[in-house]
Amino acid sequence: MSNFIIPNLQREKIEDCVNEGKRLDGRKIDEYREIIVENGVSPSASSAVKVKLGKTEVYAGVHLATAVPYPDSPDQGTFMTSAELHPMASQQFDIGRPGINAVELARVIDRGIRESGFIDFSKLCIKEGERVWQVFVDIIAINDDGNLLDVAGLAALIALGRARMPVYNEEEGKTEHEFSENPIPLNKEAMSFNMTFHKVGDTIVADVDKEEEAVSKFRLSIAVGDNNGQPRITAMQKGKAGTINADDMQNILKLVEDKWAELFPKVKEYAFK
Amino acid sequence: MASLYEKRFDGRAVGEVRPMIAKVGIVPSADGSASFETGGTKAIAVVRGPRTLHPQHMQNAQTGILRVSYGMMPFSVWDRIRPGPSRRSEEIGKVCEWALDSVVDLSGFPNTVVDVFIQIPKADAGTRVAGLNAAAMALAHAGIPMKEMITAIAVGKADKTLLVDVDKAEEDFHDGEGATDIPLAITSRGKEISLLQLDGKISPAELSEAIEMGKKACDDILKVQMDALKNVTGENNE
Repeated sequence: MSNFIIPNLQREKIEDCVNEGKRLDGRKIDEYREIIVENGVSPSASSAVKVKLGKTEVYAGVHLATAVPYPDSPDQGTFMTSAELHPMASQQFDIGRPGINAVELARVIDRGIRESGFIDFSKLCIKEGERVWQVFVDIIAINDDGNLLDVAGLAALIALGRARMPVYNEEEGKTEHEFSENPIPLNKEAMSFNMTFHKVGDTIVADVDKEEEAVSKFRLSIAVGDNNGQPRITAMQKGKAGTINADDMQNILKLVEDKWAELFPKVKEYAFK
Repeated sequence: MASLYEKRFDGRAVGEVRPMIAKVGIVPSADGSASFETGGTKAIAVVRGPRTLHPQHMQNAQTGILRVSYGMMPFSVWDRIRPGPSRRSEEIGKVCEWALDSVVDLSGFPNTVVDVFIQIPKADAGTRVAGLNAAAMALAHAGIPMKEMITAIAVGKADKTLLVDVDKAEEDFHDGEGATDIPLAITSRGKEISLLQLDGKISPAELSEAIEMGKKACDDILKVQMDALKNVTGENNE
């Protein structure tokens, strides 16, 4: 995600451009690329989607399995997000166990979803202390053209929003190869989604492409939900070595409000329509 | 004695491949890419290279080398697959590598590697052969020198009936002699076998017949591959 090498000339060109409020691909500095969602990409999954943001593309799927609950939360289901930044998606990714970038990405998305209260873990209990549902979200990057974090987060939300409960055979204690019509238990009003802003040159930019991402000084990912029509932040993560000054923070928080108002209704529609 | 499996579950003729969709040019950042779908099975293949091979001691000064990796997406089947490499995925990657290596000529690119990445988003049997069909198209799309194309099919037997493009329900057929699964890859011009695996029970005569059925089905698949290569969908246009 970050070791993509950009010649200094190109770096200067990108920075000059955004400092004038423009971008090389013609977008405004706070403009997201077009979101395209394809549903039902794997019939054996609780739900599976393909999501594109411009040319950045990921698959995400939800699986449910039963497990013994954690001792400290015997009546709560569990949740795990995994991500593969597959070498298919970029020259920079290697084969093998997930590297630090994939681990960080999965954890940021996991936290945004978990902390928002979007999944109702108490309703994922089958028998207290003995059996609960485990919810897995798996994300696979297919093409990286920047801002994988937001695409992956979006794909995870949409997949969860569309997931169906498997049919559970209580007598035999096993999960059938069949899905019910029931969605997984969600607090729809608690949903939050992740937006990542980068500082490129002296400017805060939304939805960076691969080159902008490579030259940015820092990124700040913010998961934002709805509190009676007002944005509410549920998780954050700063990435890369640069520092955030007071103006940057003000700019980002202003952008959060604007972009949230614009994008949140769309995200809800993709996830639940 | 009659076979216990005469009518296929999905009504196909014994020599009939499931409906196919092939696309080329689906991953814009790649040097070559393609997808191949038959029924409920889909494979995506991406080619990156030729590029300098690291670590250096793995380089071959005579030729470039081909490296194939295969993986199923965790949600491609009913029971979640743990992400990352497994014994099964590593073996399949290797046999697919051998199958493709037999037609690829990398002698013009010493010290380099050509990587082929195969991923399976949805699986209803025959994933390695779907992966090979996609990989062959992706290599051609990347402009890698190839002596011929590779086309692959899973031939099989349910009780005494020989079938092509076996699906999961047929792979799990238990009555009579049960199910035999024979993944097979055929070179497009020489009609030689570049991948062959088998598990099950089959007589030598039946195996010969099964291979002939597979070759015939590969002719149909090859047409779909070649059509897709003539109509590259272009960037991010899957």
